[in-house]
Amino acid sequence: MEKWTRVAFLLLLMSLISPAMAVFGEEGFFVDRFPPIEVHGFCEVRAGVRTQEDPFEKQISMMEARAQAELYTYTDWAEFKYKGDVWADAVTEKGEYDTREAWIFLRPTGFLDIKLGSQVLTWGTGDLAFVNDLFPKDWQSFFIGRDDEYLKAPSTAAKFGFFTQLANLDLVYTPRFDADRHITGEYISYWNADLGRRAGRDAIILTDMPDRWFKDDEIAARVYRTIRNYEIAVYGYWGFWKNPAGETQSGKSTFPELNVYGASARGQVGRGIGNVEFAYYHSLDDRNGSNPSIRNSEMRYLVGYAQEIAKELNGSLQYYIEQMLNYADYRNSLEGNSPRDRLRHVITLQVTKLSMNQNLELSLSTYFSPSDLDAYLRPKMHYSYTDQLTLEAGANVFFGDHDHTFFGQFEKNSSIYAAVRYSF
Amino acid sequence: MTTTTGGILCSVACFLILFAAAGEAAKAEDLTVHEIVRKANHMASYQGRDAKGRVRMVITDKQGRTRERVFNMLRRDDGEGDKDQKSFAYFHAPADVRKMVYVVHKRAALEKDDDRWLYMPSLDLVKRIAASDKRTSFVGSDFLYEDISGRSPAEDLHELIETTPDHFVIKNVPRKPKEVEFEYYIAHVDRKTFMPVRMEYFKTGDRLYRIIEARKIEEIQAREDGGAVLYPTVTESVARDHEYGSHTVMTFSDIKYNIGFDEDIFTERYLRRPPRDAMR
Repeated sequence: MEKWTRVAFLLLLMSLISPAMAVFGEEGFFVDRFPPIEVHGFCEVRAGVRTQEDPFEKQISMMEARAQAELYTYTDWAEFKYKGDVWADAVTEKGEYDTREAWIFLRPTGFLDIKLGSQVLTWGTGDLAFVNDLFPKDWQSFFIGRDDEYLKAPSTAAKFGFFTQLANLDLVYTPRFDADRHITGEYISYWNADLGRRAGRDAIILTDMPDRWFKDDEIAARVYRTIRNYEIAVYGYWGFWKNPAGETQSGKSTFPELNVYGASARGQVGRGIGNVEFAYYHSLDDRNGSNPSIRNSEMRYLVGYAQEIAKELNGSLQYYIEQMLNYADYRNSLEGNSPRDRLRHVITLQVTKLSMNQNLELSLSTYFSPSDLDAYLRPKMHYSYTDQLTLEAGANVFFGDHDHTFFGQFEKNSSIYAAVRYSF
Repeated sequence: MTTTTGGILCSVACFLILFAAAGEAAKAEDLTVHEIVRKANHMASYQGRDAKGRVRMVITDKQGRTRERVFNMLRRDDGEGDKDQKSFAYFHAPADVRKMVYVVHKRAALEKDDDRWLYMPSLDLVKRIAASDKRTSFVGSDFLYEDISGRSPAEDLHELIETTPDHFVIKNVPRKPKEVEFEYYIAHVDRKTFMPVRMEYFKTGDRLYRIIEARKIEEIQAREDGGAVLYPTVTESVARDHEYGSHTVMTFSDIKYNIGFDEDIFTERYLRRPPRDAMR
């Protein structure tokens, strides 16, 4: 269903752009009105392999040949952009298509911006950590080693930006819930609590997704302004848990209702940039925490600091806490083993080094949880052989003392990968 | 003849400008080194209330391989007195940075770092850059960040070491030698226009390791206070790094001055969705 709505939107967009194409190269009125369409994109081959055997997954963690095309044009009153990917995927053994962006942008007055269509949306202060950003992410792509771009999945939404002297307001309306592209078992094996063991392609997660247009919708809002060079923002979200956070009687994963309220600040601290962010996750379908099959309400806190450590060497350190509310009720109602802790602590460390005239980028992202005793490492090397041709190699490494913790469950998915990309 | 104040002969960056009328060549004895440096600083980074243009850099490494960087640049001064400044760069090339936006709020005060933001369109991510070292390469070229943004006059001690028929030759010694990679640099300032036209950077033992040179200067027409003016502008310059054997040619085209664009352009709204002016 979702694919069809995207295709329909794409056709609509193309019909708007096509007058420009039809007269492209001719002389006269339309040529003046529609500047040439900018066309860009890339072709890429990317492959990865597990560094250990996983009984529930293929040995290849990723193998794909991908092409991305990007079209952009504008008129006096609007801008248009389309960006889409096609790829042959050896893990799913299918040809795949994804609309990354297909939008119209309008700036009708001095105080209003409007962007309609498929778009990638991000806000908040975290570095690869999200507290008040409830826009869809693609964890599967992130964990198998696709380009960083794919960590963010597109939303089909309308974004309104209101700009005033006092503060600015961003309002995003998503008419039909866009979930995270969560772990399903297809690419990545995971801890299956029902089976009491890891599972993968043998137990693909089935979901009962809220998918009614204009009923199962999402609203995200941000009010922000800069005070004495500090960026201050407050956020609100009214929608659903973005990852499976509940279960039906028949064992399907659900996305229960969720409201989120939070705030953040970011600015110069000493020689670096400091950020703080927190949010209250209000799980509406389990207000008192007594339903063990629905995730409890939570508080989430993030504090971070980024600094240039040496020439062309940057580092950032973050401390992140998830605090489960109504924890006693959760423990009382829980059946079975391996309960979650009340607090989950995660420390993230990112280091990036540029060298060879900034053509070589070496980076390491580390997530370590002292409470779960698990970790996730992402070393990566990115080399621009020419302006068009880039080479990349990296790894996704998971450690854990327990099979059920957030990163520990992915232990059998540790992999290395390499990619070649030609951009035009 | 060293003064404690002074100016910097910042690079031959994008906005090398001057008052239209250039009179007779100034006589050395009429000017203190402080005044020369102040005027050169003004020319290098501050002429016009604002400016816009397209920058193309061709970087050639020791092996002769070339890489290209293309971006549009907007700049606007905050008030009078050649102090704080805001700039906006919109990248066209290479592919992996296309449509990225880089906004800098330059702080003239020495104790303050510039504020810098980078917008990555594929992630819709506004990143605040935690960079305090201004002497690192700008986009992988042989120009340094400080060559583009302008080195504050108060960073160095200045000495007029020679006056040739065409140039004032000024030696600049950093006040905080540990914060820079050079021991001193020599600037050649045109006596007519006060344009800094050549900078030579030396390391210990008078070893010349880096040169920036203006290769082409054009007079750009603009309007100022209702009248027509001509701003001499460096439209082609080259930075050579003798240590790495690389060089970068920077050309500056489609230049416009005193457009009158709004201060808001340098805020998050336009960082995320640039004004048309900036993209073309």
